[in-house]
Amino acid sequence: MIFGAILAGGIGSRMNISDMPKQFLMLGDKPIIIHTIEKFTMCKRLDYIYIGIHKDWVYYMKDLLNKYNIDNERVKITEGGSDRNITLQNVIKKIEEIHGESNEHIIVTHDAVRPFVTIRMIEDNIDAAIKYGACDTAVSSIDTIVMSEDGDCISNIPNRKYMYQGQTPQSFNMAMIKNLYQDLSQEEKSILTDACKICIVRNTPVKIVKGDISNIKITTVSDYKIAQAMLGGMKID
Amino acid sequence: MINYIYQLVSPQIFSVKYSDVSNQNVIVRPKYMSICHADQRYYLGKRDLKILRKKLPMALIHECCGEVLHDPSGTYKIGQKVVLIPNVPPEVAKKDIYENYGKGSKFLSSGYDGFMREIVDINVDRVVPFENIENKIACICEFVSVGVHAINRLKINSHCHKDTIGIWGDGSLAYVVATALSYKFPESKIIVVGRDERKLSQFSFVYRTYLSDNIPKDLEIDHAFECAGGEGSYYAIDDIIKYINPQGTVMLMGVSENKVGINTRDVLEKGLTLIGSSRSGRQDFIEAVNIMEKSEFQNRLRTIIFEDSPVENIKDIHRVFANDLNTQFKTVFKWNV
Repeated sequence: MIFGAILAGGIGSRMNISDMPKQFLMLGDKPIIIHTIEKFTMCKRLDYIYIGIHKDWVYYMKDLLNKYNIDNERVKITEGGSDRNITLQNVIKKIEEIHGESNEHIIVTHDAVRPFVTIRMIEDNIDAAIKYGACDTAVSSIDTIVMSEDGDCISNIPNRKYMYQGQTPQSFNMAMIKNLYQDLSQEEKSILTDACKICIVRNTPVKIVKGDISNIKITTVSDYKIAQAMLGGMKID
Repeated sequence: MINYIYQLVSPQIFSVKYSDVSNQNVIVRPKYMSICHADQRYYLGKRDLKILRKKLPMALIHECCGEVLHDPSGTYKIGQKVVLIPNVPPEVAKKDIYENYGKGSKFLSSGYDGFMREIVDINVDRVVPFENIENKIACICEFVSVGVHAINRLKINSHCHKDTIGIWGDGSLAYVVATALSYKFPESKIIVVGRDERKLSQFSFVYRTYLSDNIPKDLEIDHAFECAGGEGSYYAIDDIIKYINPQGTVMLMGVSENKVGINTRDVLEKGLTLIGSSRSGRQDFIEAVNIMEKSEFQNRLRTIIFEDSPVENIKDIHRVFANDLNTQFKTVFKWNV
């Protein structure tokens, strides 16, 4: 089976413009997360879509699904965890409780705060995860990336043609990503916050799926203003 | 959810507009599209500046098929293949007036966004389902429906003598009209007059083809379709009036940016009927789908279709419009944005 996992465990601490987790902020006429969920529901290849939400906001999320008529039987809510990977593991656990374990399960994970995801990206993720076991959505880096190991001076400037900016969805063979995560030490778990990086450090190839520069992550106030402007909405100061 | 709308903002410049889509209507994901001359004229800026200022920015393309992603009415299944009707009729239909001519009707890709979008939300009566047609052929259904509409209007507005029917023009429109005509009037002899010998050779199934400077003096036709358009409209209409029998019906289908002089003396003398025919409505689409589901008809259409590589971004949109300029007939492409 193929599952969507919309990761919304965050509580919006980086935004400082609202006490509300950023995925619940309005973008146009709907909360950001509703835009994201609606796009996922358009992908008929996804059997179920799980939303990993911070435990304090589970009821709020249920209310939103009702309010915006997301009565799609495929959409399920489950509690997230203290970080991104724990949220993902919680979602996997929930899926396996209900649908059983299988080496065939595919999970398409996505940031709730990337509402500009397209159906094409989701479908390409599914195809790549089936074929390669793991994939990451990325775009070629427009800016030159500079490295600094001491945070003061540049230690290296990698060749830009090899640089990409990672986005989501990130998709995996579900059993594989679960096993790789469980194999990590506690220290590694605290450092490896990105699921694709777990694959990389364990020498598991990750296919790149073409993203889009519009597929922005709404993390800061500036991102939020850009997203509002993209959708032709009012600017929020 | 957020939709990506690929708008032409000025000739040869596209920009993506992001727009929220509600789930009140049918939602269709476009799969294949076809370029019409009208799209190409907007793309190249070959329209009056006033028109361009008024209609742009706007998403192009009105020939499209796709699959249903969502239908709150329950009429269509998820994944069902459909063709999209670009004509939006007025809210109140007027008796005897076709939906495509009704005052207040709108046309997507003429002042309103066409189908170059990630998803299209559309009224349930603006999609027509199909099954046994390849996507790359189904996407020209709108084009076929325009031919069907014109032929049906000829049928009800012309006298019964239909031994010979002439078609002036050797492009895609002429080909589709000739194909549909041979299906709907199998007893009639179809004559095609054009200017390009190579293109005329494509009309293998018609009775005769003639180059426009080599029409037999004794040619007689009962009715005619003018499918030339542009600069050729004048010469085509003039020829038709010359060779048509008394009380014949002339279907005018070619679009011309300029006003066209018509030999009204002979129109009056022969008692001709000139009918303008443009676009199509739901019934024409349904009939077009029925005809296109026949394999022989599909095979005929396949020979005029050039399938370009899939379109995944704005750069690819420029590529298909550029390639279309060198395509003799129809350019179609998979829409995969």
